[in-house]
Amino acid sequence: MKLLYFAWLKTKTGISEEEITPPEDVTTVGALLEWLKARSPGHGDALADLGAVRVAVNHEYADHKDPVSPDDEVALFPPVTGG
Amino acid sequence: MIRVQEEDFDLGAELAALTRGKTSVGGLAVFVGLVRDMAGGDAVKAMTLEHYPAMTEAMLERIDAEAKQRWPLEDTLIVHRVGRLLPGEQIVLVACTSAHRQAAFDGCQFLIDWLKTKAPFWKLEDGPIGAKWVEARASDDEAAKRWKTKTDAG
Repeated sequence: MKLLYFAWLKTKTGISEEEITPPEDVTTVGALLEWLKARSPGHGDALADLGAVRVAVNHEYADHKDPVSPDDEVALFPPVTGG
Repeated sequence: MIRVQEEDFDLGAELAALTRGKTSVGGLAVFVGLVRDMAGGDAVKAMTLEHYPAMTEAMLERIDAEAKQRWPLEDTLIVHRVGRLLPGEQIVLVACTSAHRQAAFDGCQFLIDWLKTKAPFWKLEDGPIGAKWVEARASDDEAAKRWKTKTDAG
């Protein structure tokens, strides 16, 4: 699974993208976020307030209950501020 | 048409291209976003716009298609800049043409309201105490909400 981090999620985790292999029981966005929290202190810090984190799976906004699978591209970012 | 680019755009040339030869167009509505020199009482020295290229394109195309479905628009144009910008510089251009003004005004407002709440761009402000990621504003969500209908894809 390919993970991408943008804005302060990139700053806090210290990475812009990484390949990960979550355990088989991680099948939803919510479970993935919980699992990622323990990946590093930076991930824990970035994901401390999940209300401030938006998720896109394969370029589509996703909710915590939406599914994720090994071939997905999952992006984590704060609410958008363009325009 | 949708473009994301680092370089500045020539507003006059963009608008002329949008209406050239289109004699059925009776109205052109335009919004241009600029970098302000103040934010929340702090001076802004520069602003850096980051985005998620693959998703930006997908979202802008969807927003554009939604506008064309809702109003009788002849053409639309979205140009959004990324990278480092200074106060006074142009950030974004949204333009709509239609036979009549109301559709052009509504389409233009819809496009910028939706873009601000859905398109994956983030602003990093360079101020007096260093760089700070801009926080999303509840007023932008409220502005986008008034356009919600059953066909809302987001």
